[in-house]
Amino acid sequence: MAGSESYPSGTPRWLLAELTYSCPLQCPYCSNPIDYADHTHELSTDEWRRVFTEARAMGAVQLGLSGGEPLIRKDLPALVEHARELGYYTNLISSGYGLTEEKIVELKMAGLDHIQISIQAPEKTLNNYLAGTDSYEQKKTAAQLIKQHGYPMVLCVVIHRHNIHLMHEILEMAVELGADYLELANTQYYGWAHLNRDALLPTREQFETAEAIAQEYKEKLRGRMKIYYVVPDYYEDRPKACMNGWGTTFLTIAPDGMALPCHEARILPGLNCPNVRQMSLRDIWETSEAFNRFRNFDWMEEPCRTCPEKSKDFGGCRCQAYLLTGDMNATDPVCSLSPQRDKVEQAINEALTASLDPAEPLIFRNSRNSKTLSKPTD
Amino acid sequence: MATPLDNSSRLVFSPLHRLQWEESQRKYVILYPEGMVELNLPAAEILKLCDGTRTLDVIVVELEQTFETSGLRDDILEMIESALENGWIRILS
Ligand code: SF4
Ligand code: SF4
Repeated sequence: MAGSESYPSGTPRWLLAELTYSCPLQCPYCSNPIDYADHTHELSTDEWRRVFTEARAMGAVQLGLSGGEPLIRKDLPALVEHARELGYYTNLISSGYGLTEEKIVELKMAGLDHIQISIQAPEKTLNNYLAGTDSYEQKKTAAQLIKQHGYPMVLCVVIHRHNIHLMHEILEMAVELGADYLELANTQYYGWAHLNRDALLPTREQFETAEAIAQEYKEKLRGRMKIYYVVPDYYEDRPKACMNGWGTTFLTIAPDGMALPCHEARILPGLNCPNVRQMSLRDIWETSEAFNRFRNFDWMEEPCRTCPEKSKDFGGCRCQAYLLTGDMNATDPVCSLSPQRDKVEQAINEALTASLDPAEPLIFRNSRNSKTLSKPTD
Repeated sequence: MATPLDNSSRLVFSPLHRLQWEESQRKYVILYPEGMVELNLPAAEILKLCDGTRTLDVIVVELEQTFETSGLRDDILEMIESALENGWIRILS
């Protein structure tokens, strides 16, 4: 095999621990699985400790504690303490709702390194509508407390058709709150976001206007605030190098202990993701079928198989290929070389048509909807 | 805005970053929210001395002693400037 075609091999550097699927919020773009309400058998404190220990021994250094809302777990401080002892850099990825000063202090003492919170919109009514919960004031207070207690603060705002016109206001809010990092995450269409795509996907024009504003602030705030702009891949002509290559860098553990090469992988049919209750992390990483399924290039179909760019983007996202084409081995249809690029154009057009109807309803992420939607239809 | 760097500036490692030895990579790394930079040994030696008590002058003298050489100032200055720009260290005024 030519050198340029070798597949990167590696050990997990990033461990994403989804501690729970419970969440007091109901974001319609939530990346949790639609059927999350069916997965209730959460890992215990000791099981999580073992996962952290094993991953650290394999070389993981960044630990993300997310969910759902990780603050729901009563053992969060204990888990943070264990992570800190092991030498992780520990990131709490929270909605900010329920993040009281007492918890901020307690977690700091336990050794937490950083807190990321998300705000849905730079104004109260829209924020509370999108979150499905009255949470705006609490989130802003939490942001201020995070800074006061000396944490680096990352503010995350997920961007879609309901807030993209507020790009200026979002950036000004981040400045006002003193965020050290601002993550402007254009919605990625998986999970609940895929379900709500017609109501969330902005037009190309909206994207371009918003991106120009973000770029302008990036320059203006250089040295003060770092802005991460997550590109909306429907409007690109090459896909993302998903997960930096399947099974090379990232390891996600779902609340019920399922080990995932990417946090959406649960939807891929027949992938048979292993569970940390049955297998050691080393076996999961090295020998499990799921983690080897898209390593290397052998699984690829044309045009990826013979494409000179395959070691750059690995054929794009497997979950996106599956969601849009029904075939998880297909070229990610975001790619302009994909014979199924029309699937993306079709999605864009459908969203455009839907945008003319302001009453296009959002399906909120909550247990009731989860249960209804995951029932088999016959 | 930022205090200018001079010979008597005391330098301190940023409280928003962490410098640590990573055994699995046999390297010093800087950790920050969702990211990591691997350091070469000289860079790590310089940054470890940015503890809020030492000035640029003192750092140069100490490192020249440690490595039993002279003429390190320009290299050290270059590293310090890029570390400041990246926000890894700060100037205490
Ligand atoms: S995206 Fe919203 S609903 Fe989903 S876990 Fe995060 S805060 Fe909860
Ligand atoms: S054809 Fe496949 S490998 Fe080539 S650029 Fe498109 S997605 Fe990447």
